[in-house]
Amino acid sequence: MPEKVIRSTFSAVPLRGGLAAQRVRRAWWMAAPMLLVLAAVGGWPLLRTIWLSLTDSELSRLDDYAFIGLENYIGEYGLLASADWWQAVANTLLFTGLSVSLETLLGLGVALLLNQPSRLRTLLRAALLVPWAIPTVVSAKMWSWMLHDQFGIVNHQLLALGLIATPLAWTADPQLALFSIVLVDVWKATPYMALLILAALQMVPVDCYEAARVDGVPRWQVFRRVTLPLILPGILVAVVFRTLDALRVFDLIYVMTSNSRDTQSMSVFVREQLIDFGLVGYGSAAASCLFFMVALLSIVAMGLMRKTFERAAA
Amino acid sequence: MSGLTEAREAPAASPRRQAPGRRRFPRGRIGYWAASLLFVFVSVFPLLYALSSSFKQGAGLFSPTLWPAAPTLANYSGVFAEQPFAQNLLNSLLVAGCVVALSLGLSLMAAWAFGRVQFRGRGLLLMLILSASMLPQVAVLSGMFELVRFFGLYDSLGALVIADLVLTLPFTVWVLVTFVRQLPKELEEAAAMDGVGVLTLVFRVFMPLLWPAMVATGLLAFIAAWNEFLFALTFTLSTEARTVPVAIALISTASGFELPWGRIMAASVIVTLPLVALVVVFQRRIVAGLSAGAVKG
Repeated sequence: MPEKVIRSTFSAVPLRGGLAAQRVRRAWWMAAPMLLVLAAVGGWPLLRTIWLSLTDSELSRLDDYAFIGLENYIGEYGLLASADWWQAVANTLLFTGLSVSLETLLGLGVALLLNQPSRLRTLLRAALLVPWAIPTVVSAKMWSWMLHDQFGIVNHQLLALGLIATPLAWTADPQLALFSIVLVDVWKATPYMALLILAALQMVPVDCYEAARVDGVPRWQVFRRVTLPLILPGILVAVVFRTLDALRVFDLIYVMTSNSRDTQSMSVFVREQLIDFGLVGYGSAAASCLFFMVALLSIVAMGLMRKTFERAAA
Repeated sequence: MSGLTEAREAPAASPRRQAPGRRRFPRGRIGYWAASLLFVFVSVFPLLYALSSSFKQGAGLFSPTLWPAAPTLANYSGVFAEQPFAQNLLNSLLVAGCVVALSLGLSLMAAWAFGRVQFRGRGLLLMLILSASMLPQVAVLSGMFELVRFFGLYDSLGALVIADLVLTLPFTVWVLVTFVRQLPKELEEAAAMDGVGVLTLVFRVFMPLLWPAMVATGLLAFIAAWNEFLFALTFTLSTEARTVPVAIALISTASGFELPWGRIMAASVIVTLPLVALVVVFQRRIVAGLSAGAVKG
């Protein structure tokens, strides 16, 4: 290969004709392995799931199925007629709404704490990362033990303080179980929220604060009128990420309350149908519903974020 | 946790009265310290309590004191004796290691293409990759199950490596692209002068320069694969093929009535302490990696 060609392959100045084309071809070759793998482990299984949702496939006879159209969705025994499915949808939405709003508020508080210059900062950041790094299964088990109805430390302390008269069945009581799950999720996911909000906080230019300080604006006003509008796009991104994550919750609920109807999320419902009951077609229909819901929400969120960013930039 | 909101208002309350710096300082500080200590306590306590419970046995488990009355290592030896827990640990390590190596290698090559070259469809592809990270795991479950069976990988670690890539690849690509973009373009020109190929450039020039970003991204991928539960639960059957999260979730007693909490806490501590150590040591890099992935999104 002539040296001139090689040099132009890397050069950053705009190129004409064949040389630019060659660089683009190389880019495709370099991206191809990753794109192929991602298509094989992401795209293809997703398409198969959607296709299987239109069939009567079962786990015991995977290769022998028939196309049945939308029967799994709108048939007499379809998803939309299933009370269990709607219960799972309601559980998921309640879980998502509660945990994401609590995590946003607490995350903002923690981010403001971490944004203060102090000797405590390293300790705080380390403490912040502890719940985040603990595997979800482990945190579910740790909290199940702490919330144990007879021997748990939470009931013990609440009884000792006289806040409750009898031990509460935190994970067995259908009224309480979902809130216990939300509590554990808040403990585990607030750090992530706080880190993202902190990243936004640290991008607020210092002169904004300086100017406000010189003008003698009270600090609360500074927060409301300067800081909050500036970090709002960052918070929004964090909220969207967490919401999409919370909608597919599985580990926490499965480990804390297994397949119980009262707390079952959409993901838990899907796995129960697919694996425990072996109804691949029906389970895939539920999985597809969850996918379309998440996809729709992402599209709406992206549109919304673009608007906010444009307003923030203007 | 109401102390956190107090901290926000505490510094705000005093300057409104335009108090001189000397007076408002301690009040804000007290709120700050109180909120910080509460926060550290809430974050760390469950782990401490698990640690304490892991040294208790029998009736000792039923008294919720933090310091065990008769500390014992029986839970730790029991975890390894009653099930192939060492094998489970090794499985997790192997799966996470392979996933990290594959994700980083594939993403670094792609990061050059996406970060350095303007080509048609680049923005759209990046958007698609980002949306792949939003994919619910159960949405690929039945398709992945077929794939795993097709390759004859059911109940083996290979199945988990393949499956976990769908979780790690989107964000490793995304994070590395942002870092590759920040490298000076003179590097490429110098490399071109020496007549090196793209692969050499990426793995011999970029990789050593990007090692902080690689460490951060690699750690995030490692944690994701180490913690993964749904695929591991679904694609393995035998206790020997399980990874650690599945092993912990399924620990039970022979009678099946009450869970062996001491054993479960011991296993939890074994799995968690290395992660916590890694995270505390690399905290700066992890925070940088996490926010690099999100701020661009």
